Amino acid sequence: MSEANGGIRIGVYTCHCGTNIAAAVDVESLAAYAATLPDVVVSREYKYLCCDPGQDLIRQDIADKRLNRIVVAACSPHLHEHTFRGALVAGGLNPFYLQLVNIREHVAWVHEDRKEATRKAEDLLRAAVRRVARHEPLEPGRTPIHPDVLVVGGGIAGIHAALTLANAGKRIYLVEREPTIGGHMAKFDRTFPTLDCAACILTPKMSAVKAHPNITLWTYSEVTKVDGHVGNYTVKVKRWPRYVREDLCAGCMECLEACVYEEARVPDDFNLGLTKRKPIYIAFPEAVPQVPVIDPDTCIQFKSGKCKKTCIDACGERHAISFQLQEKTEEIEVGSIIVATGFQVFDARRASYYGYGVYPNVYTALEVERLVNASGPTGGEVVLRDGRAPKTVGIVHCVGSRDENTNRWCSRVCCMYSLKLAHLIKERTGAEVFNFYIDIRTPGKGFEEFYQKLLNERVHFIRGRVAEVTDWALDPTEEGKLVLRVEDTLASLVRRIPVDMVVLAVGLEPHPDAPETGRIFNISCSEEGFFLERHPKLAPVNTFTDGVFLAGCCQGPKDIPDTVAQAGAAAAEALALIDAGSVETEPNTAYVIAEVCSGCKTCIPLCPYHAVTFLDNEKKVRIDQAMCRGCGTCVAACPSGSIRQHLFEDEQIFEEIEGILAYA
Amino acid sequence: MTSATYGYYPGCSMRGSGIAYEESLVTLFRLLGLTLQELRDWNCCGATSYMCIDENLAFLLSARNLALAQQTGFRELVTPCSACYLCLRKVQDYVQRYPQVAERVRDSLAVASLPPLDAVKVRHPLEILFTDVEPERIRSKAVRHWHGGQVACYYGCQLVRPYGEADRLHNPTRMDELLQAVGVPTVKFALKTKCCGGSLTGTIHPVGLRLNYILLKEAARKGAKAIATVCPLCQYNLDAYQAEIRRETGEALDLPILFFTQILGWALGGDVRSLGLHRAISGRRVIDEWFPQHPEEVESYV
Amino acid sequence: MKALRAFWFRPEMRRKMKFQREADPEWAQQVAQRPGCEGLFSCLQCGTCSGTCPLSIYMDFAPRRIIGLVREGFREDALGCQTIWLCASCYACAVHCPRQIRITDVMYSLKREALQYKLYPRRFPIPVLAQEFYGIVSDRGRSSEFWLVLRMALHSNPLQLLTLIGTGWRLFRTGRLSLHKEQIEHVKELQAELAGRRGT
Ligand SMILES: Cc1cc2nc3c(=O)[nH]c(=O)nc-3n(C[C@H](O)[C@H](O)[C@H](O)COP(=O)(O)OP(=O)(O)OC[C@H]3O[C@@H](n4cnc5c(N)ncnc54)[C@H](O)[C@@H]3O)c2cc1C
Ligand code: SF4
Ligand code: SF4
Repeated sequence: MSEANGGIRIGVYTCHCGTNIAAAVDVESLAAYAATLPDVVVSREYKYLCCDPGQDLIRQDIADKRLNRIVVAACSPHLHEHTFRGALVAGGLNPFYLQLVNIREHVAWVHEDRKEATRKAEDLLRAAVRRVARHEPLEPGRTPIHPDVLVVGGGIAGIHAALTLANAGKRIYLVEREPTIGGHMAKFDRTFPTLDCAACILTPKMSAVKAHPNITLWTYSEVTKVDGHVGNYTVKVKRWPRYVREDLCAGCMECLEACVYEEARVPDDFNLGLTKRKPIYIAFPEAVPQVPVIDPDTCIQFKSGKCKKTCIDACGERHAISFQLQEKTEEIEVGSIIVATGFQVFDARRASYYGYGVYPNVYTALEVERLVNASGPTGGEVVLRDGRAPKTVGIVHCVGSRDENTNRWCSRVCCMYSLKLAHLIKERTGAEVFNFYIDIRTPGKGFEEFYQKLLNERVHFIRGRVAEVTDWALDPTEEGKLVLRVEDTLASLVRRIPVDMVVLAVGLEPHPDAPETGRIFNISCSEEGFFLERHPKLAPVNTFTDGVFLAGCCQGPKDIPDTVAQAGAAAAEALALIDAGSVETEPNTAYVIAEVCSGCKTCIPLCPYHAVTFLDNEKKVRIDQAMCRGCGTCVAACPSGSIRQHLFEDEQIFEEIEGILAYA
Repeated sequence: MTSATYGYYPGCSMRGSGIAYEESLVTLFRLLGLTLQELRDWNCCGATSYMCIDENLAFLLSARNLALAQQTGFRELVTPCSACYLCLRKVQDYVQRYPQVAERVRDSLAVASLPPLDAVKVRHPLEILFTDVEPERIRSKAVRHWHGGQVACYYGCQLVRPYGEADRLHNPTRMDELLQAVGVPTVKFALKTKCCGGSLTGTIHPVGLRLNYILLKEAARKGAKAIATVCPLCQYNLDAYQAEIRRETGEALDLPILFFTQILGWALGGDVRSLGLHRAISGRRVIDEWFPQHPEEVESYV
Repeated sequence: MKALRAFWFRPEMRRKMKFQREADPEWAQQVAQRPGCEGLFSCLQCGTCSGTCPLSIYMDFAPRRIIGLVREGFREDALGCQTIWLCASCYACAVHCPRQIRITDVMYSLKREALQYKLYPRRFPIPVLAQEFYGIVSDRGRSSEFWLVLRMALHSNPLQLLTLIGTGWRLFRTGRLSLHKEQIEHVKELQAELAGRRGT
């Protein structure tokens, strides 16, 4: 008991968390039990310790009862460690004299038997009381923040975040995998519920990205590696060659005309295969950057080396086309990262009972978005693959969504985009349109009104999940049609409805490589595979990695207004970080007891952050306190036990273990 | 190939209206150099009826067969009837899924001093031909060109449904692939897994007839001149009631309803009698044309 | 005049409305605990089962409605309907259901209960067939189509036999109608075993 005036004096505070903890743990008896533990001077329970009066209680006790150690039994340190450290500081104590016991997530929420739960809480509390006695005062570290920001993904989310930050004067790197930015929104003609023209609102933003002096745009590129930590990330970006030099190309597109392929023969990805393109192409007329790409898989020069290369002639003096371009890797330093990689649509072939890929007149909604698009393959006319205009159209909602066999979640935008497509199809063709839905979800601003408008337009709404789409006909009216078999659950009738065209409202799902992307940025995926936010309500754009933020559909399905709002929020978080100039870091760094170090160098290659260096003169290692991230790898690996770690000292851990094991 | 000898569970239909299925199956397996060894003293699988009355006993009936197979040392049990296939697999699934069912079944088997079931794999000939033998090998063993017309492959319901793994759940294609391997053109048949109504033809006759009518009509509409089946009950319904359907609807439907094993057996050189082709009721004219009694006179061998 | 009208215009009116006292939520709970019926409460009433069911066009309550009735506890309606007997156990509903509810197994469970409490529709031939089949197999270990059909017809509608003659003859002529009563070797043991294990 080396402490001045009277040795270790511990205060224990147990929180009810309303009924969150109190319902499963007998808080009163837990507090009474704590009072019996050695060195505990005061033990109290309180309804909400995190609120001001709760913290005042701690502060007051520190003064009145001369406490020098505090144990709080409450929720996860993720949530309130910071809060309670503040209470210690307010009371005049070093903040690291605190130990938290998580009796909410680790006890109350996972156990049913109140007695057993209370016993477990007692064990954990006892361990914490013994541990805290060994705590030492520490000073938090600080790291400066690099002001540049990396934005990954050039959909509307990435575009909006990049522009917001760039307008605030920050330098942005925007990395997009495809040859153009724009994402899914670039494929749409109109957007719900206002039916405003997608191109009119998106293309100006796309051009602004290109023109902005603060934005470095790298399309046809991918992030391959991220090192470092909040404030200081080192990022490697792989850039695939387009075989057309962005710095020299003037965007005249004469090479496209000149290509030896007179007719386009390659299925066009941007139009989902509804049209063809040439080996040298541009995704769509408003693509950004306005630079063509050569696809080496179909270009004759790449395949046989024997092309007349008419494209090069057309380019002439500008010499922008070069078959020699190579893939290259750029390395950049940034302080924060916004991940905005978006989504992909559900593969309709997986719902084989809807006949996509079997019957040519079964379309996905994304294909129909292209059909209704004025600059799409049909110039905005809705026509079937054989050129006929459909007289009846069935739109099937929830394809791949809300289904245990495929994706369990609701994709949130499909109801609304189905209504939008129903309206556009009816407007363009006068067709009779049937919507087949399980539930209509129109909770956004102006959405319900849009639904009402569609009802008044006499679009049919049939509540029932379509069981199958087939081409078998029972009578002449069904001959040559696609027949949807469905229960009209409101009328309680099983119906067969023949249509000319079926539109599948495919759901939104994470990219298949999302786990891989997650590993690169050290962020995790939720159960369904979208990136996981730090807190669903209070930290919706943060991740568990400081300095990495989320925006748009990569975090979960959402519409454009929500995507843009989230992108703005992510930009604001990044700005807040940059403007703070530096961040506080946990003083949980490792350090070397020089007398014991044998200079074996085991730890050096193990450190993921290159924080360990060898001192040639002394023949010992040293750990750079600013670079150490506190992962503990070297501590565990050191054969001589000469590396130790603040906040995880051997004595502290042993006390904790003994405390746990000392059944009362 | 896992083994050349398979345990064989015929099921009651094979001894009655589905006898041609058994004949063609045995012949086909013989032509492929595989043997079927019949499970001794097998009993009825309980079918759908038993399950309607007493779940315990229904499971017990199926379990007894599996236990007998295990006792005999069979690792695999070939079960050509879709209903039997489903029943046997369902008890396995339930035993695994529900401890209370497992316990009841185990108790009952103990009474009969039979071993508890675990390791017998219930398999359908379709699956064996597709995965063990493979279409390529069947193609290489074919000795006859196909001179017949297009066929609609009808898989029926229970074979591909929840407990089976004979083929894909929603869009099975293995029968098509096997038949195509011996040169038989097959049509796109949207109703390939729609139920034939099972025993409804015998109970609520008009409803049963209607279901079968739909199947026949759609197959004909797609240009099929015959339907190939994998289940004795489907075959029976479509075959035996076709004359009546014709009468009731006034439509000129006269399609032979074949077992897929008959077609494959024919391609591999089986003859009309050994394949039970003489037992067909409907489409006799087509059968006589496609499968002549003395093929040597009209066919060139490959 | 008034009396005459009352006599002539007497359309049969049936109350469609339900009082909550008619619901039996405990029964619903009980059904949901039976093997195969556990998904009941996760049904989202989407109607896929009814849409895919080949027999739904003839059912008094399509499969979706059966699930709805059961989980709200309307026992009499669920057990007394024709639907459960029309179900051919094709499992189409079960493999299409987005909640993976095994509707077919729910149907089986309802059938068993309906038989046990004699709630099934009178003069409906399907339960009769099931019971005859059950009888034959319990006695002999195997079923024989000829005897099954004969017994069923005799117990439901003997006149039906006349219509079966044509089909029977065609089967007989092609050697597909066996008059032999199939039986297993250890039939005694099987009978004893079955007798000891009844339950539903
Ligand atoms: C058929 C359909 C119709 C719709 N209609 C409407 C509508 O009318 N109104 C509305 O509000 N919403 C609509 N939506 C929703 C809308 O599409 C989304 O809200 C919006 O596109 C989300 O934008 P995003 O930037 O998050 O994702 P995306 O648009 O998917 O953009 C993501 C971008 O990131 C890129 N990327 C992906 N992975 C990487 C990587 N590893 N590295 C680099 N780049 C990467 C992609 O290439 C893409 O360009 C519709 C959705 C669909 C499917
Ligand atoms: S398919 Fe499944 S979820 Fe849909 S109504 Fe039927 S039981 Fe309910
Ligand atoms: S199992 Fe029964 S309820 Fe389900 S689809 Fe088949 S016939 Fe209909």
